[in-house]
Amino acid sequence: MNNELFRLTISQAQAALRRREFSAVELTRACLERISAVEPKLNAFLTVAESEALIQAAAADRRLANGAPALCGIPIGIKDIFATRGMRTTCASRILENFVPPFDATVVARLREAGAVFPGKLNMDEFAMGSSTENSAFGPTRNPYDLARVPGGSSGGSAAAVAADECLAALGTDTGGSIRQPAALCGVVGIKPTYSRVSRYGVVAFASSLDQVGPLTKTVRDSAIMMRALAGVDPRDSTCSARPVPDYEAALNGEIKNLRIGVPKEFFVEGMQPVVDSAVRAALKRLEADGAAVGEISLPHSQYAVATYYLIATAEASANLARYDGVRYGLRAEADDLSELYGRTRAQGFGPEVKRRIMLGTFALSSGYYDAYYLKAQRVRTLIRRDFEAAFGACDVIVTPTSPTTAFRLGEKTQDPLQMYLSDIFTISVNLAGLPALSMPCGYDGNGLPIGLQIIGPAFGEGVILRVADALERSAPVPRRRPAAV
Amino acid sequence: MAASSAYEAVIGLEVHTQLLTRSKIFCGCANAFGAPPNHHVCPVCMGMPGVLPVFNRRVLELTIRVGLTAHSQIAERSVFARKNYFYPDLPKGYQISQYERPLCVGGYIEVPGADGAPRKIRLTRIHIEEDAGKNIHRPEASLVDFNRSGAPLLEIVSEPDLHSAEEAAAYLRELRAMLRYLEVSDGNMEEGSFRCDANVSVRPRGASELGAKTEIKNLNSFKFVEKAINHEIARQTAVLQAGGKVEQQTHLWDAEREETRPMRSKEYAHDYRYFPEPDLPELQAPPGLVEAIRAQTPEVPSARRARYARDFGLSAYAIEVLTQEREVGDYFEALIKAGVHHKAAANWTMSEVLRAANASDQPLIRAIPAAAQTATLLKLVEQNRISLNGAKTAFAAMCKSGQDAAATVSALGLAQVSDEAAIAEACDLVLSTETDKVAEYRAGHEKLFGFFVGRVMKTTQGKANPKVVNEVLKRKLAP
Ligand SMILES: [Zn+2]
Repeated sequence: MNNELFRLTISQAQAALRRREFSAVELTRACLERISAVEPKLNAFLTVAESEALIQAAAADRRLANGAPALCGIPIGIKDIFATRGMRTTCASRILENFVPPFDATVVARLREAGAVFPGKLNMDEFAMGSSTENSAFGPTRNPYDLARVPGGSSGGSAAAVAADECLAALGTDTGGSIRQPAALCGVVGIKPTYSRVSRYGVVAFASSLDQVGPLTKTVRDSAIMMRALAGVDPRDSTCSARPVPDYEAALNGEIKNLRIGVPKEFFVEGMQPVVDSAVRAALKRLEADGAAVGEISLPHSQYAVATYYLIATAEASANLARYDGVRYGLRAEADDLSELYGRTRAQGFGPEVKRRIMLGTFALSSGYYDAYYLKAQRVRTLIRRDFEAAFGACDVIVTPTSPTTAFRLGEKTQDPLQMYLSDIFTISVNLAGLPALSMPCGYDGNGLPIGLQIIGPAFGEGVILRVADALERSAPVPRRRPAAV
Repeated sequence: MAASSAYEAVIGLEVHTQLLTRSKIFCGCANAFGAPPNHHVCPVCMGMPGVLPVFNRRVLELTIRVGLTAHSQIAERSVFARKNYFYPDLPKGYQISQYERPLCVGGYIEVPGADGAPRKIRLTRIHIEEDAGKNIHRPEASLVDFNRSGAPLLEIVSEPDLHSAEEAAAYLRELRAMLRYLEVSDGNMEEGSFRCDANVSVRPRGASELGAKTEIKNLNSFKFVEKAINHEIARQTAVLQAGGKVEQQTHLWDAEREETRPMRSKEYAHDYRYFPEPDLPELQAPPGLVEAIRAQTPEVPSARRARYARDFGLSAYAIEVLTQEREVGDYFEALIKAGVHHKAAANWTMSEVLRAANASDQPLIRAIPAAAQTATLLKLVEQNRISLNGAKTAFAAMCKSGQDAAATVSALGLAQVSDEAAIAEACDLVLSTETDKVAEYRAGHEKLFGFFVGRVMKTTQGKANPKVVNEVLKRKLAP
């Protein structure tokens, strides 16, 4: 028997499971063994649910016997921001360290329905606030390509686990780049869908108008398969779109002739590593060679995106995180009166970055400051959205680097939050505009670290960005490199 | 009353009323009073991590119904907002409310003034929000019951158009009656489904600027509203008369002690940091909904009062009694529709119907006979087939038994004797035994007529038709 089943992609495993080449239990066991082998180095998982996963796998095997659903028997890791019924959901925070939700997030329920197996819950920056997974209350995750480096964040556990073959795919969330930036830094594919494409019900909220759920996978095809399973209307989320969900996988035909690709002149900035610049430009050349037309576009307000984001996201977060008060669930500190209960619970429960953002957001909404900060940020957000609308008049997709650098070292940016925030400079404006975007590997730097390329589409343009990504994947001069450190 | 004539009070009221929907405003839990603590709860109304609100469209319909009745403008698009503050009964740490763009703007409510003429009290706005849970303090611990968390609420804010406690109470009574007529709220103050905050200020009579106001929170009965406002007017007037300055304050009404106490500034000096609720789209009424609701909106008390005065010429008192509760007026009108004269219908409703309804703990509809049966009874009176007293006896029996009118009248033997021959016989019997009194009467002592009537009625066990008895006696006693 193939003892490296964990190396498979979803589409490979799907086919093999249907042919009964191996069982879902064997595949799950292979992943669980891989998890035991690499976790001491990576710390990608906060919870490993071995027996539950094997029970799910056994059930999947029974379903496989008579016409199984799409993801039947596929081990998929879940970022610890998704509510999982009966399974601890911590959001990588002390304040929810022992919280066990009585319900499933809609996407978790959909994956269950589709037969997926859940090996466990994945590490992240606390409440998804961060770009390196160093803000986890339960220790950082390490980059499988170099253990001294970060996997990116906030979905760093998801990206690292997929890159290190601990699971075939993972769920992540992306508020300002939290799927795409770690996907870039760990050399996997990650997609942030259009805002409203995927239900947010049961996703612990960070910034409600920006949060979006998406998959991290080994290949573009796997992302297409996952997207079809995740997307679609949800009566529990009133912001979720009722648009029908297309068969994304069927659109992966490699055909990009005459497709117009826009390259924003503002996105090739100072401080970007030359190797990132050249890898993205080489990828653009390959697209041109396949018949696409590459042209320069402008997104003039993108320079304000980071500032705008840190007002809107923190304002929303300051309200979203108010419910962690020690009254109904989660951590409750010893206290003599009510205000002490609030103060101590939140002082002990939240880490420094979360506190910083709650304070910033509270300030931005305060009377006397609201107009100058929150309201102005909303106006700039509209301008950024219009930039994209105008740009998509002249092109079909936009291509940029995902992050200005490859994976940085642990501790390198923790002392300077602003430097950390800038690592999301290319991804943030996409969330502000509510658009879909994908990150995929497009080469490696001199240290063998993956470089990420971002493809941005118009609203509900998941199909076209997956098609372009698939074409790029097909024309890649070198295959995906396995992470060296695990 | 407490204000001296040199000063006038200016009062605005904020009313919170729970809407009669089957489920809560943002989740599927039952919107019901009286269940054991934390019985009607789910992850959404408990504010669990990751949950999202889904708006109950019924709340929109009921609010539009109120807004149309109050002559408000119904906003085509309104926006939910988060009102941020910490309190144990507020599970999310914010209340979903409406702030800059409420569903209903402006409007007015007509309140009967002291002189009987209607007076318009303007509204600032009517908006939708969710209720909080309820804190319960025990010696050993403080507990929270979230059954009420997420119950749909309307906040109805008046302009400062009221000038006395009596007027404020009249406005509240009118508003409550209106909400009950519209079947949007049960207006139950004891159960907290109708609550009031009052803003009170006093200024020199004739001044155009408002004085510093006191906000009195948590008033949960009409009596307390009047008491608290009068108390506050007297206090502020005394301060002004002594040459002092009223400070802006917030008072909390303590229902157990029946007094207000000032809240510490820490308790109310909130910066609520309102911002638009990102989890809910703008609230938009589907095309045609407003018009459909307008077409179905039931009559409100002020319109009904005007109609009763115009169509029936009833006294102001009768109109007041008949319109206070919608079902009372409905019953009155059902009697008329069944052929009862409006005077008789009004008298019967005000006396017998209300007596029976008040004596029962059932809703009016179930406490009394169907209007058709009562109408049958009243027609028997009109046709002299039973006496008015007989009808009252029958009605009381029908309330208990649920039997119909004819069966009850015959079972109780209440049918009236109108047969002249039979009555003449009874009269002869009485006159033949009372010869002295007859002589006295004929000598001019006419007051004795009533005595003879009474004797005849007694002889016939009250069944003789008094009108016939009168006629026969008059004839027989004639000299
Ligand atoms: Zn509920």
